[in-house]
Order: sequence, then C-alpha cells, then structure tokens
Amino acid sequence: MKAKLIEFCHGRSGDKGDAANVGIIAYNQAGYDYISGLLTETFVKDYFAGVCFGEVKRYELPNIHALNFLLNNTLGGGGTVSLKLDAQGKTLAAALLRLEVDITEKQFNEFTKNKE
Amino acid sequence: MKDYRMKPNIRIASGQGFWGDLIDAPVYQVFSGEIDYLVMDYLAEVTMSILKKQQLRDPKLGYAKDIPALMKKILPECKKRNIKIITNGGGVNPLGCAEAVLETAKELSISVKIAVVTGDDILGSLDELVASGSELRNMETGEPITVVKDKILSANTYFGAFPIVEGLAKGADIVITGRTTDTGLTLAPMIYEFGWAKDDFDKLSAGTIAGHILECGMQATGGNFLGDWQSVENFEKPGFPICEAYPDGTFYITKHESLGGKVSVATVSEQLLYEIGDPKQYITPDCVADFTSIKLEQAGKDRVKVHSITGSAATPFYKVSCAYADGYSAFGQLTYSWPQALTKARKADEILRGRLKNLGLQFDEMRTEFAGYNACHGPVAKELDEDSINEITMRIGVRGNDKKAIERFGMEIAPLILTGPPAVTGFAGGRPKPQDVVAYWPALIEKDQVTPLVTLLEVKP
Repeated sequence: MKAKLIEFCHGRSGDKGDAANVGIIAYNQAGYDYISGLLTETFVKDYFAGVCFGEVKRYELPNIHALNFLLNNTLGGGGTVSLKLDAQGKTLAAALLRLEVDITEKQFNEFTKNKE
Repeated sequence: MKDYRMKPNIRIASGQGFWGDLIDAPVYQVFSGEIDYLVMDYLAEVTMSILKKQQLRDPKLGYAKDIPALMKKILPECKKRNIKIITNGGGVNPLGCAEAVLETAKELSISVKIAVVTGDDILGSLDELVASGSELRNMETGEPITVVKDKILSANTYFGAFPIVEGLAKGADIVITGRTTDTGLTLAPMIYEFGWAKDDFDKLSAGTIAGHILECGMQATGGNFLGDWQSVENFEKPGFPICEAYPDGTFYITKHESLGGKVSVATVSEQLLYEIGDPKQYITPDCVADFTSIKLEQAGKDRVKVHSITGSAATPFYKVSCAYADGYSAFGQLTYSWPQALTKARKADEILRGRLKNLGLQFDEMRTEFAGYNACHGPVAKELDEDSINEITMRIGVRGNDKKAIERFGMEIAPLILTGPPAVTGFAGGRPKPQDVVAYWPALIEKDQVTPLVTLLEVKP
C-alpha cells in the first residue's frame, strides 16, 4: 500500500542560522527502524533539491524514535536576512512528511501503534 | 547560597516563548493552580537589536515593555503565594526594566526585591576585547569581527543559570536579566532549591533539557503540534508547560488541569527536536547536555516523566551574538484570482523583473514566491491542476545595499494592477519601503573575559 510519512510519523523544524533543522519522529521502534533505513543523508539531500544547497547531516535519537537532520545553506541567509516567506524553515518538517512510500499493511499497522 | 530548602519538588511554569507571545499566558499560569516559579523567555536574536534601537531613542527603554503591565496583574498574587519570577526580558536594559517594575510595585504598595543580572552587554567594550586578543571570529564563516565592526548594533554574551542562582540566593522575588540562555531560566531555580553542584553535570543537563522543553511556551503542550493537532483541546485558553522537578534530576512535564493544551510523549518529543543540532552536544554555559540519554514516559493524562539524563562539563567559552546592519530589503505582493491564477502571477513576475531591468536596478538578491502554490515547500510542493487553483499571491522580495534602488522597486508593484494581467487585487498599505536588514554574527569568547554582575534592588511601601 501507499502511505505518506505523516500517517505514521510527526516532526518539527526550525532554523539554526542559515541551516534548517528537520526532526522526524516515529511513534514506536518499528517505525523508527523503518525511517532510519529510508531517510539517509543522501536521500534527504536529493529530496530537498532546490531547497537545500548545502550538506545534509543526520543525527539519531533512538531513545525518542527520532532523526534530526541539519540542512545547511537552506534558509536564504538566515532568519532576518532571508527573503523567503518561511525564513525559519518552520514548514520543512511537513515538507518531508508528505513523502509517499510503499509499505505493507502489516507494516502500516505496526508503525501506527501509539500514534497520537 | 547554602540556605537551600530541599523541597521535595518544585513547580516551574513557562509564561512566554518569545516577545510577542500570548500576553495572558503568565496570568493563566499564576491563577490556575500551584506553581513555585514563573519563568519567561522574551529574547530571540532579532529582539536584542530591536531593543537596542528603542534604547537609542529613549535611554529608559530597551527591555520588553509588556513586563510592567504584566506585573500589575500578577505581582500581588505572586507575592502572596511566594511565586518567584525569572525573566530575560530585561533585554539590553535590565536595570531600566527593574526600575519600571519597582515603580509598579510602589503603585501597588507591595514590597519587592529584584535581582538584576548585567554584564552581558559587551558593545561598549568590543574595541578593548579585540585589542586584548579576542577575535570573536564568526562561528559559521571563520572571519574575524573586524570585518563588520563599524556596523555592529548590539553585542551580547549568553550567560547561564548561575548569575540567576546568585540573585535567588540574595533573596530576590524577581530576577531580571539581559541575554541569558533560555534554558538557564528554568535550570536556575533547580540549582538553587536542590543545592546542585556546579560540576554535577548530569543534573545540570537534566535542568537544561527541562529548560529547552519550557522555553517555547505552548510548543511543548500541543502548540504547533504536527501529530494529531486536532486532539489538542482549548487552544483558546492554553496551558503552557509546567515542569515539576525533583532533586535527583527527574522531572515531569505537565500543565494546569483547567487550561487547554495537551502533554504527551509526542508533544514533548517534538519540542525536544526544536532548533537543535547534534543531540549529543547541546552546549550551554552551564553544561553540555546529551539529548540521546533522555527517557520519556507517559505518566498520566497530560503528564510526561523525563528521566535518566546525562551530560558533561561546559566548554571554556560563552557564546556571543552580535547584530549588525547589512543593507536593506523590501517586499511587495499582489493576488491573482482564477482563471489561470498561477500563469498570471508568473507573468506579472516576469513583467516586473523586465521593468526593473530596464531601469538598470541592481540588487544582491531578488526572490519571487507564489503563495498558494510553492512558497513553503518549493520544489517539494505538489504540482496543481491550474483550473483548481482559486487564487495565488505573488510575493516578491529584494535585498541589497543600494537604498535608492530598493525604494524604486517599491514604486513598481502597484502599477501592475492597471498595467499587467487581469483579476488582480490585494495591494494594500502603500508602496513597500526599504527596511533595515539586521544580520547576526555568532562568536565565542573566553569565559574569563566577561563577568556577570548581580545587583539587588528593593522597594518597600
């Protein structure tokens, strides 16, 4: 079946200078294992082509089933300088969560346990 | 500082996430249940330079002006119940802020002790610091500060929790600081009440992470929640987070029962990820906290237990943030309705750019976005069938050092209404004017180069 990440993950994003941080959180270990395999630095860099012009760095927080991505050179110079409507990258977690993936129904049921 | 009370626990309530946040949130926090401390973060990077400008116009200003009016509403109750207030809303003039609050206390016939933390403002001593060898190199580009020195508007050191602890130990009812870390506001009462040692880095890290959860107000209790946001109740009167802290470093995040919002593992997890870099290296003046050590458990309705946090020693540096003038910018926008809204908006952008080119105007950057189509997500946005688009707002911004060019740009927006594609509206507020662009210069300074100063002021009726 096809599912969007937002159906089994959530997240938050914001600014760190000209970099955006994009945090993606799964609702359980199975969901975390799945996104850990899927969302590599290369994958996220390619996904944000035309948005992120620098290096993508990934950090893992398995304790809260989360991945944190730092997208360098993304915010048009940073919060106060940027000409972007979303100068602080606040909508970028949502941008990543609209990613559509192919998973089995069994996986979907697993990944949505504890969903809120 | 030795006279700590070793309470079984303390309740620290978040009252503001930034200057401009819900004005009555601290009032709700004080009047809706038990708390021991009210902490309010007012400072974003941009705030310091705005406050500096206000102080240049009137030396009495330079702090979050909402504070005296807020004190009028909460100070009598806080005094009565011994709720202590800690805020960095002193901005670039913490003493001025304290004077204004003392005036308010006088009017209310309340005696109050205010500890004021100063010494963070190093604008006046930048030359000396540079002369004595502090290069204040930009943490991102590596350039020395001399590159922008003549354009600097404000320069502040981020102090941590310990100057606030000193103020509490002096018997302050209220502590007002300048540029203190957001996390230090919450950590300080824990150090003071539980007698935590300066080198007990696991506990300092626990308090720091509690501060990170509280520093953005409702963002920990269901605000801006990307999970099931519709499950968040009563946004109309939200409960900002409350940290119930224990001496061993364990704490619970909760909220007043009668207020709105939601506290769950998911809402707290989202706030943990807000604006962080390397989760193992969350650096503050007090410690380096490890976010990968955090354990979260739902411990009841709207109650999350946070425990097992570890961390390590702080670095020998304070962070310094300087604001400097970096040219001008202006924004214009027009809204195009169906039919062919996107095609018309794109054509309008092309016409505008052609006219600016004919005028020979140069900008450092020009950016057009189409709100309703791709302004937020850029190329990640979904392609839309044009007939289904009801309207598009074209938003165009320019930035550069030539103020005249930016003024001229402002004159080219409105003419598009009569001289461009049809069914256009939404031009309001007159010609866009050049705005000052303020850029930031993050740097490090050796801790022994800057000294926090704690002063106690008092008024008796």
